[in-house]
Amino acid sequence: MKPDQQYPDKPLSVYFFGTCLIDLIYPQAGLAGMQLIQREGVKVIFPQDQTCCGQPAWNSGYREQARSVALAQLDCFPQDIPIVVPSASCAGMMRYQYPELFKDTPQLSRVKGFSNRVFELTEFLVHVLKVKLKDLGPPTRVALHASCSAQREMAVSEEHSNLLQQLDNVEILEQERKRECCGFGGTFAVKHAEISNAMVEDKAKSIADTGAEKLVSGDCGCLMNISGNLQHTGQGPEGQHIATFLWERTNATES
Amino acid sequence: MQQKVEFEQRVHKALSDSQLRQNFRSTMDGLMAKRSQAFPDKERLEKLRLQGAQIRANALLKLPELLEQLEERCTANGIRVHWAETVEQANQAVLKIMQDHNATNLIKGKSMVSEEMELNHFLEQHGIEVLESDLGEFIVQLAGEPPSHIVAPAIHKSRQDIARLFQEKFPDIPYSEDVETLTRSARDILRRKFYEASIGLSGVNFAVAETGTICLVENEGNGRMCTTIPDVHIAVTGIEKVVEKLSDIPPLMELLPRSATGQHITTYFNMITSPRKEGEKDGPREVHLVLLDNGRSSIYEDPELMESLRCIRCGACMNHCPVYARIGGHAYGTTIPGPIGSVIEPQKLGLDRFGVLPTASTLCGACGEACPVRIPLPKLLNRLRFEQVRDDPPDNTMGKGSQRSIRESLVWNLWSWANTHPALYRLGCLFLTRLRGLVPKQLGVWTRVRKAPAIAPKTLHELAREMGIEDE
Repeated sequence: MKPDQQYPDKPLSVYFFGTCLIDLIYPQAGLAGMQLIQREGVKVIFPQDQTCCGQPAWNSGYREQARSVALAQLDCFPQDIPIVVPSASCAGMMRYQYPELFKDTPQLSRVKGFSNRVFELTEFLVHVLKVKLKDLGPPTRVALHASCSAQREMAVSEEHSNLLQQLDNVEILEQERKRECCGFGGTFAVKHAEISNAMVEDKAKSIADTGAEKLVSGDCGCLMNISGNLQHTGQGPEGQHIATFLWERTNATES
Repeated sequence: MQQKVEFEQRVHKALSDSQLRQNFRSTMDGLMAKRSQAFPDKERLEKLRLQGAQIRANALLKLPELLEQLEERCTANGIRVHWAETVEQANQAVLKIMQDHNATNLIKGKSMVSEEMELNHFLEQHGIEVLESDLGEFIVQLAGEPPSHIVAPAIHKSRQDIARLFQEKFPDIPYSEDVETLTRSARDILRRKFYEASIGLSGVNFAVAETGTICLVENEGNGRMCTTIPDVHIAVTGIEKVVEKLSDIPPLMELLPRSATGQHITTYFNMITSPRKEGEKDGPREVHLVLLDNGRSSIYEDPELMESLRCIRCGACMNHCPVYARIGGHAYGTTIPGPIGSVIEPQKLGLDRFGVLPTASTLCGACGEACPVRIPLPKLLNRLRFEQVRDDPPDNTMGKGSQRSIRESLVWNLWSWANTHPALYRLGCLFLTRLRGLVPKQLGVWTRVRKAPAIAPKTLHELAREMGIEDE
């Protein structure tokens, strides 16, 4: 967590912002995230009108388009309750970049009110719900990739580890150059494919070299990138969103 | 799109050179580890960074007054100040000093501003012999290349590369790959030149307005030699290097060497406040300070972009940049490479020519985290991405709006339209999930090293509804 971050008491209900990548590619991660919250006795609301946080346009310089999409999201989450996001990248966009995006606009104070309610999933589980996880799975060894947003912008990589460490049968294996970016960077991966490819090859190799059985990450952009390369080379572990991993290991009704 | 093609060619060349990649990777890993060890107390580091940022921000806030004060104090101390709005004017100022002394050779300490001026090339065209005396600069000068890193200019070269270069340029010296022997050879060659040169040139790390002092940070002693042995010393600097007070220097010096090379202090720290005074036995008889603008004052006009002028040229942002570590300094094609170069250079040279550089970043934030004066590099990269595609440029400076293409803006308009019409978005997703079998297995550059991502059979929107999760 950031030194100045304040967390609310456990609420009765929360909003869930699923992110567009999870919506289309990793919906199970979104579902698991909601189930982890529900299990703590908190009601989850998933507004059906939500789409994307707007980050792709914001990082490409198309601010007007990013603002339209951001405003559409603001309309979906009107109640004064936390908004939980299973991605540090999208959460960072909504918490820290929205106020930049709306700087010098009449919407700024409304945007700030929204941004202050945004929490990344693992920080919410640790600091607000204060979850205690009971590991039901067999012994396993995993590599954790905390995204750049998780490490820096949101400062929640400790919370990722905290949750994994609560699982008695899970060992976290350290990879070389753990803090280095995987090379995704949104449109960067397409605009500068050759550099991105060089970066993901290095990252995937350092993860494969750990001998881990699973790659766990809190961000699906990185997962899609790193797992994509691991599947391409046929080396290394399967990737999983941290929410799916935590849910599968702690849910009594799943095998 | 010519600039993008050229950049990609340089990138391709760098990425295909495994020796080059190894050279950068191992050096950057080493520099990052050393920096981290040099700041064992992270809380202290953050306090220092804040202090460093405040000192630099304060200096920029008062820049016009401080520059006047610097000129006044320097002049009072006997240092002659030359203002140069452009590179041409700065080069002419140096040439004039050389000609006034009938000097035909110049010995140089390390100076990135002189690289920006392409001073060596300019002086050589006027029949003046220029010799770089910093070991790294000496090597790249021999090779006829620009520096690839602002602190370690020859870092792209391996020991063996340098041994071969020396063999080619100095056939009389026995071939050696030993670092000590190579360094000694260079030292012997340079030592003689110091006595021959009548004029020495150096860069400036900080210029103190309060006292009219030029501060010079270095490790090899060549900077001290350049500024003390020749009869005339010319210092060249960008106008942004000024600080207000002498007491601003200790915190900056606590940050600079640690951030750059992980050293607690450099071997030499020179503070030059006047030429040789009466009764003194050594030191230059004349000291000149050339203050170069070259686009800095237009950067200064924008309160956000101005933050890039805080830079103290430590190189930590490039040491920590995963893109720089892979492509190296030459791929950027500008005097200053890496994240800070991608912010400063397009502003100076134009987004129409170097707008590709701000896009060559994943915005991972490692640069901003390492910067000792807290320049928000990712934020500034994002800002320049905006400036180059905006359709309402307030003026045409820096090539604002020059990279906007009809096709790209159409794509973002469509994207925005789809994401602001939820029913349409859901319908689109429904199509994608149901027709996922038709999505091609090959997705251009993405699938060159990756398997294509698999679209899920049902979206989260659908799963949430099926699970009975409330909509509002």
